[in-house]
Amino acid sequence: MEKRVTFSSWTIGILFAVPQLLLIFTFFYWPAGQAVYWSLTLQQPWGGGNIWVGLDNFRSILANADYWNSITASLVFAGISTGLAMFVGLVLAALTDRQLTGSRFYRVVLIWPYGIAAPALAMAFRFILAPEAGFMAVVNQVWPGFWDPGLDGTDAMASIIIAFSWKYVGYNFIFFLAAFQAIPRSLIEAAAMDGSGVVRRFWDIQFPLITPTIFFLLVINITESFQDSFGIVDIMTSGGPANATNLMVYKIYSDGFKGLDYSGAAAQSIILMVLIVVLTIFQFRFIERRVHYR
Amino acid sequence: MTIIKRGFAALAAGALSAALVMPAVAEPVKFDFWFGLSGDLARVVDTLCKNFNASQTDYEVVCTSQGNYDATLQNTIAAFRAGKQPAVVQVYDVGTATMMLSGAYKPADKLMEENGYKIDYADYFPGIARYYATSKGEMLSFPFNSSTPLMYWNKDAFAKIGKTEAPKTWEDVAADLKALKDAGYECPMAINISANESWQLMEQFSALHNQPIATKNNGYDGLDARLEVNKTKFVQYVTDLKKWYDAGLIKIKSKDLGQDMVQAFASGTCQVVLTSVGDHGTVGKTQKEGMNWDVAELPVYAGTERKNSLVGGASLWVLSGKSDAEYKGAAAFLNFIHDPKTALFWSTNTGYIPVTKSGFDYLKAQGFYDRAPFKGREVAIASLTASEPTEITRGVRLGNFTQIRAEFGTQMQAIFANKVSVQEGLDTLVKNGNAILDRFQQTYPGKTLP
Repeated sequence: MEKRVTFSSWTIGILFAVPQLLLIFTFFYWPAGQAVYWSLTLQQPWGGGNIWVGLDNFRSILANADYWNSITASLVFAGISTGLAMFVGLVLAALTDRQLTGSRFYRVVLIWPYGIAAPALAMAFRFILAPEAGFMAVVNQVWPGFWDPGLDGTDAMASIIIAFSWKYVGYNFIFFLAAFQAIPRSLIEAAAMDGSGVVRRFWDIQFPLITPTIFFLLVINITESFQDSFGIVDIMTSGGPANATNLMVYKIYSDGFKGLDYSGAAAQSIILMVLIVVLTIFQFRFIERRVHYR
Repeated sequence: MTIIKRGFAALAAGALSAALVMPAVAEPVKFDFWFGLSGDLARVVDTLCKNFNASQTDYEVVCTSQGNYDATLQNTIAAFRAGKQPAVVQVYDVGTATMMLSGAYKPADKLMEENGYKIDYADYFPGIARYYATSKGEMLSFPFNSSTPLMYWNKDAFAKIGKTEAPKTWEDVAADLKALKDAGYECPMAINISANESWQLMEQFSALHNQPIATKNNGYDGLDARLEVNKTKFVQYVTDLKKWYDAGLIKIKSKDLGQDMVQAFASGTCQVVLTSVGDHGTVGKTQKEGMNWDVAELPVYAGTERKNSLVGGASLWVLSGKSDAEYKGAAAFLNFIHDPKTALFWSTNTGYIPVTKSGFDYLKAQGFYDRAPFKGREVAIASLTASEPTEITRGVRLGNFTQIRAEFGTQMQAIFANKVSVQEGLDTLVKNGNAILDRFQQTYPGKTLP
């Protein structure tokens, strides 16, 4: 006996799928297709015409040392900021989950950073991390020249990583906390009665049980760090100094919209899309094996 | 408000026509003007638009700020591709080459002629006119907000080292900065090295010294022009700036670090800055109480025959694809802006300079330059008219120059962070800049600059 609801005719099924397909087509396949077309041509910005150039745009981008620098910067940014945001989010969630004094308060407050728009957040961090006016000015008083994001690329990269991670700590915190609270209390209590301490319980019980959440957040954080970093870079560093923070997504914007090189920017966005797809496939292929779904 | 007003006007008109069987009052022809200024300056433009609308009844200009120059150009391109472009748009100086090849404009000189306005093009300061004109001298757009850089210097600080005049050569500047440093000033001179400072550090320096930025007369004679700033006097200038920076005579000031150049000067922290005459008003309004300061022309190296500096700012382009009625309105608007009285209004409320000789004379006759806070701004005109423009000091006409400026910022930062030597940095600037120019040329095959 077949108990599931099935549709006898193809047409009804397709009719149900049409609205969704239309949406995906309009907002994803069509623009993506357009980007592919643009990346294979040289577009005149004012729409005066275009020339078919095949893979020339990709060739010239991949032969450009600045572009490789941009890829490296993006990977460094993605790696460190994902690690930092997830680690801090995990620790905070684990502590909040222990029902320590004030945990209800923390539960609300720690979610806020994710609600702040990237440009507003970047303005705040620009002030906090300004070497002459903000909080770091105090540090510079003690060690002159210690902090100089205006000329030192490493300092500038650190600034945008801090700002981005701060925002995503809030996001990760929500999911980690939910995951921790989904673990049956009886398991933890039983372990406690057997004499295991907080750290032991964390590693042997909680951590293995939240691996699906960790995996989910890993994929999301890496993807977002490639895409959502734009506002922060634009306000805090504009890609400088000397291209040290010129992340791929920012380079697409500055080449395309400031430089009016629509074709080059389209080619770069195709490369970025492929990179994110490959990274995601990689994660599903190799990291998901270690995830225990219940 | 306007909707309510218009509603009343329509009601009144309807009542009138019903009662007296007369045709409704003709609505003024509306047309759009997009501009890239924001904040205080945007309010001045809005007033300018209101004044135009009040000055006649046939046309109504709707002025919309797009935030900044880049966004104005981007939004205009997007609107143009969708067929919803404004009639008049403000495009910044370095967007001129892009506009000229766009095929999206109606030549301003033709527009004025068709609509019966006589504009005396010889009345424009040559340094301003040539920047925006074609190689044959036709004006495709109208100069609007115009400025040029000046050296701002703190008289009190210079008095401490026994100087009452601003230094005229870079050799003197070096000596004075050293003396200021020895007199205990932490920041004798402030610069910034982002894309924006390409204007005063590279473009203006090259013009004053009659040094080319690119071959083919800075791009005026063809799209195959290529950069050559790595083998002109500019190399020595960057070398000196770096040397002075290393010696602590120059500090880098930018908004990202806490205080930009203009704030650093106005607060008395730094004693010399090179910035636009457009900041003259800001310094006056925000300066430290009682500080004495003045402006002077940018210095040149000893033994240089000084040439004119370049105009900065933006011009007004009329876009193609609008109705004749809108073009009539646009022509009336450009004519209004050309009027010396508008020049007085504009210069009084902003730091920008008049663009025509008659405008300048009118301002002088009104005693504009005799009283504070406008005193000193005539130096900008002196700098712009220091010589008849040469083939090289007409301006810079290179495609995608915004990206070349960005490259300038990148390489200057690399040089000042000791990542590369001055020559290496400038060689990379030329190499990457030329790749940008290559690409621009390929995008417009077979086309030539007018």
